[in-house]
Amino acid sequence: MKKAVSITVNGTTHHSEIEPRLLLVHYLRDVLGLTGTHVGCETSICGACTVMIDGQSTKSCTMFAIQADGSSVTTIEGLAANGALHPVQEGFWERHGLQCGYCTPGMIMSGAQLLERNPNPSVEEIRHGLEGNLCRCTGYQHIVEAVQHAAGKS
Amino acid sequence: MAKYVGQRVKRTEDPRLITGLGHYVDDIKLPDTLYVAFLRSMYAHAKIKSIDVSEASHAPGVVAVYTGADIGSKVGPVPCAGALPGLKVPDYRVLATDHVVFAGQPVAAVVATDRYAARDAIDLIMVDYEELPAVVDVEQAAKGGPLVYEEYGDNIAYRLTSGEGDIEAALKASDKVIKQKIVHQRLIPIAMEPRGVLARYYPGEQELTIWSSTQIPHLLRTQLAIMLGVPENKVRVIAPEVGGGFGSKLNVYAEEALVGWISMQHGKPAKWIETRRENMQATIHGRGQIGYIEIGCKNDGTITGLRYNVFADMGAYLQLLTPAIPTLTGLMLSGCYKIAAIQMNVTAVFTNKMSTDAYRGAGRPEATQVIERAMDLVAAELGKDVVEVRRKNFPASTEFPFKTATGLFYDSGNYELALDKALGMADYKSMREAQKKARDQGRLVGIGVSTYVEICAIGPSQATPAGGWESATVRIEPTGKVTILTGASPHGQGQETSFAQLAADELGVDLNDVTVIHGDTSIVQYGIGTFGSRGTAVGGTAVFNAIQKLKEKATQLAAHLLGVEAAAVSFKEGRFSVEAAMAATVANSGGSKSEPRTSISIQEVALAAHVAHKIPPGFEPGLSATNFFEPSNFTFPFGTHIVQVEIDKETGEIQFQRYVAVDDCGKVLNPMLVDGQVHGGIVQSIGQALYEEAVYDEQGQLLTGTLMDYALPKATMIPWLELDRTETPSPVNPMGVKGIGEAGTIGATPAIVNAVVDALSPLGVRHLDMPMKPENIWRIINKVN
Repeated sequence: MKKAVSITVNGTTHHSEIEPRLLLVHYLRDVLGLTGTHVGCETSICGACTVMIDGQSTKSCTMFAIQADGSSVTTIEGLAANGALHPVQEGFWERHGLQCGYCTPGMIMSGAQLLERNPNPSVEEIRHGLEGNLCRCTGYQHIVEAVQHAAGKS
Repeated sequence: MAKYVGQRVKRTEDPRLITGLGHYVDDIKLPDTLYVAFLRSMYAHAKIKSIDVSEASHAPGVVAVYTGADIGSKVGPVPCAGALPGLKVPDYRVLATDHVVFAGQPVAAVVATDRYAARDAIDLIMVDYEELPAVVDVEQAAKGGPLVYEEYGDNIAYRLTSGEGDIEAALKASDKVIKQKIVHQRLIPIAMEPRGVLARYYPGEQELTIWSSTQIPHLLRTQLAIMLGVPENKVRVIAPEVGGGFGSKLNVYAEEALVGWISMQHGKPAKWIETRRENMQATIHGRGQIGYIEIGCKNDGTITGLRYNVFADMGAYLQLLTPAIPTLTGLMLSGCYKIAAIQMNVTAVFTNKMSTDAYRGAGRPEATQVIERAMDLVAAELGKDVVEVRRKNFPASTEFPFKTATGLFYDSGNYELALDKALGMADYKSMREAQKKARDQGRLVGIGVSTYVEICAIGPSQATPAGGWESATVRIEPTGKVTILTGASPHGQGQETSFAQLAADELGVDLNDVTVIHGDTSIVQYGIGTFGSRGTAVGGTAVFNAIQKLKEKATQLAAHLLGVEAAAVSFKEGRFSVEAAMAATVANSGGSKSEPRTSISIQEVALAAHVAHKIPPGFEPGLSATNFFEPSNFTFPFGTHIVQVEIDKETGEIQFQRYVAVDDCGKVLNPMLVDGQVHGGIVQSIGQALYEEAVYDEQGQLLTGTLMDYALPKATMIPWLELDRTETPSPVNPMGVKGIGEAGTIGATPAIVNAVVDALSPLGVRHLDMPMKPENIWRIINKVN
């Protein structure tokens, strides 16, 4: 039995008929075609699927799309504003904060959230803020530097 | 100084990846795609008595359900490239027929119109199993135990003895012989992007295109053509954006062939995206050795001989390189030391578990762990400093190429230089003094050193199952843009950038005018792929060589256009110029009104080569050159890692205080990328040393089958890594590049283990196996078993 939802994603409101069990990440990826949000574990551990829901970073692989009805979602595709990269995106590019790029969208969303809550984090605070996101390539050091770079800019 | 090479150039890959616009397999959407899900064996060892798919076949959205009986011999077996004497190769079918040998083995495939329907229908398949006893422990498997394959009569996949020198005599002549059992636990590679396959068959054209998250698109194409019986020139494999591999995608998997076959049955695209649980159960694992070290030494610390008797866990089936991995351990047992006699005796055994295969380092981390632990055991036995014992056994930098008793010739090295640099960075002397004070206060502080060497740039073709060369085509398009087609298949290493740096400098063009294309077998000439730290040293060399050929060709045309002999033309920063002396002659010879040109840009030459209105006789139009580079040897990067830890006596937790690494990977194209590789490798080593372990229970069930149970290092678990380099060029290739992809996972683990053992040595500890969990350490401190 499909249900009608209205979800605003990156500023555009979508009215969709969806299965109640459809995961938010599949709604974003398969229904809206926003494939920048990745699935890495289906269990909320790895954080590759992190998006913002009403400004709060959320793992979209363990949330139903129907739960986001009436909400405003920001994905990695919506982070850059008016063609200008978000400072965290810039930091990742400047400081080689990514290798294979798969964890990167989630990592950037968490980094952006971290800086919203704490604009001048210490290294420890950055590491703590990214604890819910796994990266297998970088060893995290360049990611920490990327967030530091963004903190200096934002 | 070069404009790009050697600089920290930002990656050209990144803009698409940081904005979420890259395309991994599951991001590619084709109309009418069918979704595939697999029913996997819940038992590690069982007979399949019957499979009932009737209910699943009629479930909503289900298009087909296939079992092993449906496949029969229509799809060939999953290949193994190992060719060792006496090797037993089990018949590995893409779907099990009557016998399952590991938990997670594919038993049936559901094809449905969406991914949810496919997953639902899996639960409707009824399989009647007769459970059989499983063999899980490698030593028990070697002794007999339950048999994975009754028909073999034992669980031995192969036995192999390797090494040179008279080991018996060497150990007999030693003042001391030290023995130690050592465990290299099973690890799960866990690339952040699980595997995934999208296949599209066009019945009219009879063309099969397979997008797969793979490190080896061309090798995969060859093998899929064989498995599926489709002519290889009708198969196209595309490795799109690949979300990490670490060796786990250096393989040919049952699912890759099966999804292709399913697409062929239905004439529609078919897609399978691995779940993380499937990834942990049924994508290759790494390591899995239990060994026994015997090392002989003189009282002055000279190492006389090393024997390593090892049981290597193959798992149930042999994947592409499963049996080859322990042979790499044998090659690297000499470490960076002069050891006259070395012997490895491998007993490779089948167990009811997922196959082991190449995981970052692939056999070499085991070798380094053996020799670097052994050096510490020698130092402890003789009461000498760990650095002193290592230094005493180094070959001098003048002794290269250095021949080992494992049959290798190390290309170049300066082990003392890297060691001294690391000792200086760490201030080793003060570190030891501070440790002494801490110990006097009852604190458990330890310092670990690893001086490693590894084998990279795999490799000469003679030393590999199917070609160790790499290919590149470099061309300049009519508009002057440069295209590089590389047979390497980077998946995070950044060679779209580093190869562009190389071409931009060599051709004198802007970095942004160079595009590197890889991973598409219909666009790129045959290549081998990215693994074994070979991307830059072998693939990059092919690019370099192709550029030189291209420049020769361009020079010919430039000379023709400038009206001089090729020898009179020089090339610098993107322009061909008539040598100064010759230019005067040209200018004076004409009498024509227009001033003769004395220089021409490479872009103009490229256009002229394509337009071909004015080309010298015999000149082939176009401006393109290809090189297939066959290396003459491996390369041997090396370095020193120094770690300081303190152990919390209350909890057994290990806290890093310092991590210093000096790595030498030869010539560096982009130091930022090299740092990234070292960081990532060290952190995977931290994972192995402290956290990660694939644990199976006695029935062969994987207990660490989710990321909740298998502990990957998180950002908070990592110390600040202090890196530096020495640069000893390799003589094996013209740029002097060695490779850096695996150094971290090879050099770091023993340094960490040595540090923790050192911290606990006042309690009489001389060895610890990994992962060194707080609980185990707490038990040691509190003398509780």
